[in-house]
Amino acid sequence: MTPSKSLPAAAGAAAALIGLTFVLEPFVSYQLATVCAYLCAIAGLTVLTGSGGQLSLGQAALMAGGAYSYALCANAMAEAGIEGPVLLLAPLAAAVLGAAAMGLVIGCAAGRLHGPYLAGFTLALVVAIPAVTSTFSEMLGGDQGLWITVEKRPDALRGTVSNEQWQSWLAILCAVAVMAVLHNLLRGRFGRQLRAVRDNSAAAALAGVNVARTKIVSFTVSAAAAGLGGGLLAYVTQSASPGAYSLVLSLYLLMAAVIGGIGSLTGAVWGALIMVFLPHSINSFTADLPVSPDLAQRLDGNLAIAVFGTVLVLVILLAPRGIQGLITAAVRRFRNSGTEPLPETTAGTAGSTGSAGPAGPVPGTASLPTKLSTTKGQP
Amino acid sequence: MSGLLVLDSVSAGYGPVPVLHGVSITVAAGSITAVVGANGAGKTTLLRTVTGQLRTTGGSIRFDGTDLAGTRVEDMVRRGIALVPEGRGVITELTVDENLRLGGLWRRDRAAAATLLVRMYELFEPLARRRRAAGHQLSGGERQMLALGRALMAGPRLLLLDEPSLGLAPRITAQILGLLRGLRDDTGLTVLLIEQNVRSALAVADDGVVLSLGSVVAARPAADLAADTDLRHTYLGF
Repeated sequence: MTPSKSLPAAAGAAAALIGLTFVLEPFVSYQLATVCAYLCAIAGLTVLTGSGGQLSLGQAALMAGGAYSYALCANAMAEAGIEGPVLLLAPLAAAVLGAAAMGLVIGCAAGRLHGPYLAGFTLALVVAIPAVTSTFSEMLGGDQGLWITVEKRPDALRGTVSNEQWQSWLAILCAVAVMAVLHNLLRGRFGRQLRAVRDNSAAAALAGVNVARTKIVSFTVSAAAAGLGGGLLAYVTQSASPGAYSLVLSLYLLMAAVIGGIGSLTGAVWGALIMVFLPHSINSFTADLPVSPDLAQRLDGNLAIAVFGTVLVLVILLAPRGIQGLITAAVRRFRNSGTEPLPETTAGTAGSTGSAGPAGPVPGTASLPTKLSTTKGQP
Repeated sequence: MSGLLVLDSVSAGYGPVPVLHGVSITVAAGSITAVVGANGAGKTTLLRTVTGQLRTTGGSIRFDGTDLAGTRVEDMVRRGIALVPEGRGVITELTVDENLRLGGLWRRDRAAAATLLVRMYELFEPLARRRRAAGHQLSGGERQMLALGRALMAGPRLLLLDEPSLGLAPRITAQILGLLRGLRDDTGLTVLLIEQNVRSALAVADDGVVLSLGSVVAARPAADLAADTDLRHTYLGF
């Protein structure tokens, strides 16, 4: 989609989701808001890790950066007596800027690392969060974290719109905006540079791409998205605490990105939905099981992790491009079933099907006596 | 004679291992210079040093009168130096079109880049048919064309090629080398070519440089070198 097409599409998606909240229970609206918050972070991660090839386990730390930026800004403003839409939007901007600044600093260091070294470095960031919050417990509230004063829904909406529904609106708008921005970034000049650097950084540099800057920018963009996600989560839960942004969250975000389809923004949507609704539905399933209370207690929470792990293994074995990869393959098969099979020249999102080896005879290049032409796949 | 690219007793190496020992080469503007030599003579290292992927440990490299010391790899292309890396460094996940446009990405002048893109598809007809194919779906010859096209998209004054014949059929090698000759005649492009395929490289080049164990052992007109039987026997093995 071009920018001119993606803007109406984004507006339509936001309108449809906001309309949807009118028929949802308040609790489901709340879940939808958390989906949107996680979606921001997963979309950022899928850009960094999928398109940029930089494996990061630090996404939860950047979310925490956003959440604490949000909390500090919101509480400072509430203390100063500021109310109204500013109290709603300024902390979110602070969350984005705070996390982006973190991402910029981290990116400058991380730009020199790759593969497992980068993963190790970002892992250390997440592990350091509780230590940071307890060291600066005066400001960050230690283990307990911070409670946040949030702007409630406008008086005019009271009675018709629940608070959860109102909160989900802001989350929906933010998530749609993040998706639109990332979509346009990826399909433009920056996206090409990013994939070129991931694939062959030497060739990219020789073509004039600044490799280090591309890596740092991708880290910063990913951090800004995570920060907005963290800010939204802080807004929805009205708190920011170290326990919410543990290593487990980082791993869940990465799992969600992989299960949804790493590198695909639509895949990030599936990942975010699964991340919120899978544990919830499994937990309500175990609550209904006719088993002893002791067993039910042990199943509660743990079964969801087991299912998540199993799904991850199955996805890696059977559908390496995730849910979105399955969907695009199914759509292509459906389209081709009615018509003539398409020749291989339509690349699409190849990868699982395409091999890196010789491409076989090239259709249509056989009769070219002059200029440059090849007739065989491999000389 | 002042050349477009002048290497003055350049030394370089990997860590404690020196590879180039005081190499001096002058590449005249508008000429094709072929650097030949056996495996391990330092040919690729020479190109890596010129493009700034490897730092010199001594000597200087001057391009069009300016010292290249400290120029970053990604800025080389802005100065007018483009390299076609060994092993056809196409970005396999990008399409043909995206690969070519990557070569002109640094340009601010988008119209010029678009014109060049059209020109590349005229030059490399097989690529025009496979615009939307991913890099990994191309054949060896197509990949070499794509890598060459991407370098030319930068509109370079100096084109560096690392083993363009590697793994290609002789006929395609001849076509690609012939194309370089045509580019030199039409646009005045200066080419520095690294080749193991000595015979065809010297056939297309104006000047030849023989590199052996990191030192220049001969630098003469290419026809001269090709005719020198003793030199060929001693250093090039045919």
